[in-house]
Amino acid sequence: MTKPADQFKWQELAIGFIVPEPGTAREYHTGDWRSMHPVWDEKKCIKCGRCWVFCPDMAVGQKPDGYFTMNPDYCKGCSICARECPTEAISMLEGK
Amino acid sequence: MADPARKKIGVEVSIAVSEAVKQCDVDVVSAYPITPQTHIVEHLAELVAQGELDAEFVPVESEHSAMSVCAGSSAAGARTFTSTASQGLALMAEIVYCVASMRLPIVMVVANRSLNSPLSIWNDHSDAMMVRDSGWVQIFVENGQESYDHIFWCFRVAEDEKALHPVMLNMDGFMLTHTIEPIEYWADEMVKKYLPPFQPKFRLHPEHPLTMGAFGPPEIFTECKKAQDEALIATMPVIERAWEELEKICGRKYSAVETYRAEDAKTLLLTMGSFSETARVAIDEMRETGEEVGLVSLRLWRPFPFAKFRDAVKNAESLIVIDRAVVFGGPGGPVASEVRSALYSGKKRPRIVNFIAGLASRDVQPDDFYQMVERAKKKIKDGTEDEYEIYGVRE
Repeated sequence: MTKPADQFKWQELAIGFIVPEPGTAREYHTGDWRSMHPVWDEKKCIKCGRCWVFCPDMAVGQKPDGYFTMNPDYCKGCSICARECPTEAISMLEGK
Repeated sequence: MADPARKKIGVEVSIAVSEAVKQCDVDVVSAYPITPQTHIVEHLAELVAQGELDAEFVPVESEHSAMSVCAGSSAAGARTFTSTASQGLALMAEIVYCVASMRLPIVMVVANRSLNSPLSIWNDHSDAMMVRDSGWVQIFVENGQESYDHIFWCFRVAEDEKALHPVMLNMDGFMLTHTIEPIEYWADEMVKKYLPPFQPKFRLHPEHPLTMGAFGPPEIFTECKKAQDEALIATMPVIERAWEELEKICGRKYSAVETYRAEDAKTLLLTMGSFSETARVAIDEMRETGEEVGLVSLRLWRPFPFAKFRDAVKNAESLIVIDRAVVFGGPGGPVASEVRSALYSGKKRPRIVNFIAGLASRDVQPDDFYQMVERAKKKIKDGTEDEYEIYGVRE
């Protein structure tokens, strides 16, 4: 999008409200919705990557050292990673 | 102008309508059979199966799917047609709204039929009124020739780059769909001249990815609805032009609001659909007895032709609106409530009397129009202030 949604006048909208270019979902930071965030205990983590596989928003990334972390732009704090972790290495903490 | 060599042939109106769809060379037809629309889609299926129409006929498991297929095919740039009625329209209603805001120029014939229950396969306008606010261009036709002619008109309006709206043709179930009428077909060259190939402004294509039907959060939804409303209103010149061009092609003149013996009429009847033909007969009979009565037939229902409508009724003392659907617990039939609203701001306006009649094909004959005129005169004389009356009900 060329500008944020709340700056469009009605005359400026494309016919049928199409989004005329691909990849624009990236600009919408769904991480804003988060009220809890995952924290990895690297002592317990066995680098199996289940959190990376199960994250529905592809918001889990692998660091160069092989451990995992979340992408704050897109992690909604849904807790699926914590639930799926076989060693209970992920805890969900209050706040962003 | 019309070619004098062209002859009228006797044909069932449903068949004529599907022949017109064939002549428009549609790419996709997706439909689910439902009375009284059945003959239209059955005939289209035959035309595809026999190789007379080069189109995809997608038989689906429900009307919800029918309109969903239409959404997809129209979004991909295909000329798309469907048809339904009553409960079928109710089931597809969700997608009827979607394709309007997505500005997909689908054409749909609604073979008007009552909504259940009690179960009724017969004709009235309750199904059409259910999707009145869906954002489609909506017309009501009076007879077989008009149904046939307007298939071309529908595609022309829908696909015009200044319109790009789905268009709904309402034709009375059985009264029109199952009647054999003399109809003058267009030669294919006339259709070619009238209806240019569909050139979508945007379409789903792997080389040019785009998103249709994205979500609209609160900060933009209001602007979207304003744009949609303005776009539908702005279709009016396209609609008028399509009728002007149609007259040049086939010689028949149509307009948004049609009047009959209305110029000096003190009392006007207002009808939509096949009722209008009967009303003309009634008016001729009443005129012979000196009754100053005329007819306003509303062809264009959305966008509502405010200016033309106000002009058509400006000299009348009373306006008898005959609705074919009930608005339960509401302010009268859907046409009457709109008309009251359209006239309220005027300094001089006719007294409006509303009858709801012809539900589920209950016959309304010329004499019934006469009775309604008499009842309306009495109501006005007695000062009866009722919102509406369901005409002819046994009590």
